[in-house]
Amino acid sequence: MLPTPVRELDLELDAFEGPFDLLLTLLLKEELEPRDIDIAAIVLAFVEHMAARDELDLEACGEFLVLVSALLELKARALFPDEAAELGELEPEEAAEELARRLAEYRRMKEAAAWLVERLDSEQNRFFRLGPAPLAPRTERRLASQDPLALGDALRVLAVPPPAVSLGHMALRFPPVSQFLERFRSLLSRRRLFDFDAEVEGLSRVEQAVALLALLELRKSGEIALSQSQPFAPIRVSRADSERIAEWKARSA
Amino acid sequence: MESTLRLISANPVDRLARTIEALLVVASAPLSIDELCEASEDHPERIETAIGLLRERYSEGRSGIVLEEVAGGYAFRASRDAADACSRLFERPVERGLSQAALETLAIVAYLGPCSRPDVARIRGVAADSAVASLVERGLISEAGREHGPGGAVRYRTTPLFERVFGLESLAALPRLDDLGEDAAELRDRLLEVAEARAS
Repeated sequence: MLPTPVRELDLELDAFEGPFDLLLTLLLKEELEPRDIDIAAIVLAFVEHMAARDELDLEACGEFLVLVSALLELKARALFPDEAAELGELEPEEAAEELARRLAEYRRMKEAAAWLVERLDSEQNRFFRLGPAPLAPRTERRLASQDPLALGDALRVLAVPPPAVSLGHMALRFPPVSQFLERFRSLLSRRRLFDFDAEVEGLSRVEQAVALLALLELRKSGEIALSQSQPFAPIRVSRADSERIAEWKARSA
Repeated sequence: MESTLRLISANPVDRLARTIEALLVVASAPLSIDELCEASEDHPERIETAIGLLRERYSEGRSGIVLEEVAGGYAFRASRDAADACSRLFERPVERGLSQAALETLAIVAYLGPCSRPDVARIRGVAADSAVASLVERGLISEAGREHGPGGAVRYRTTPLFERVFGLESLAALPRLDDLGEDAAELRDRLLEVAEARAS
């Protein structure tokens, strides 16, 4: 947790506006580029903030120094990403050459700046008008001649209420579970067992699902016994008492 | 008398020159040949002829207003004879108090632009944030897109005002970089000399 004065520090930078701790979070999450952050402005804001508090908080100052120096290092690394690696791999002769090349580049720019200064001196007596340009004229929209009756016709077409959209094709018709409960009960009253897959063959997927629900209901209430020789094999449905008889036979054997 | 007046007004180039004169008075920035063509609805060749006429009319020593070719276009300025009088009423705020850092940054942007603050910092060896901000505020440089890739730094280039303040017809009027500064080979030799002197 940051000391209060550091946490309270509100920043208004070019690249960021908000509290200091949010800035740190964004930088650590790499959602902000360290090179876009004006660190001098942060230091100024902190100094002003501390001056306004009118008390010297050494802990906050120390914490701030550590954070800002870390920020500076991050920024320096972002500005010169491969500098150390580049120069570290060079032989002394090559390093001297690279250094000379950079110095020469800078020297040229210094000379160019000196040329600009001379140019400014020689152009001191050039006066010209500075100011915003007058506004450009607005282009008028030209419309073709219009017929009020044609406009009325167009509006009439738009005024007709659109046909109601039918959602009939989206409806799912679920047969009641009770229908299959009755059907399976009646089957088992006539036969000792039946094959579920054979019974629901030819039905829609929804109907097959409802039939399975009915089967599970019957099993839950203990009215039937279910068996399957292996996964995905046909489900065999039998009366519950026949299951008990089978169990009894197995035990007595 | 009447026939003389009719002769002057009947000269189409002279009429075009008057139109261009008016456009340049209204404009606050140099107008290119294309802009003058568009506004006067005339041909480039005729515009250039009319400009020639105006340059003769508005030249140093002949008029208090001088027509000059600057920043890729044409603009009026005060004659140099009137500079003292102008300076008593007006100042040139754009270049007042330009620091050495700002001038070096301006030179880098003028020669290498569009370039970013890290580019400037790499050449100068120090951060260029405040120099860039000062130049943007003065209107001498402006933003020109961003570097490629996510979070790319803003790039800057010089503005037409830069060319106008420095009296350049275009950026091509800047001296060649090859003619400025010492050669890298010379610097390298000097560096090696210093290194050897230290080693011994």
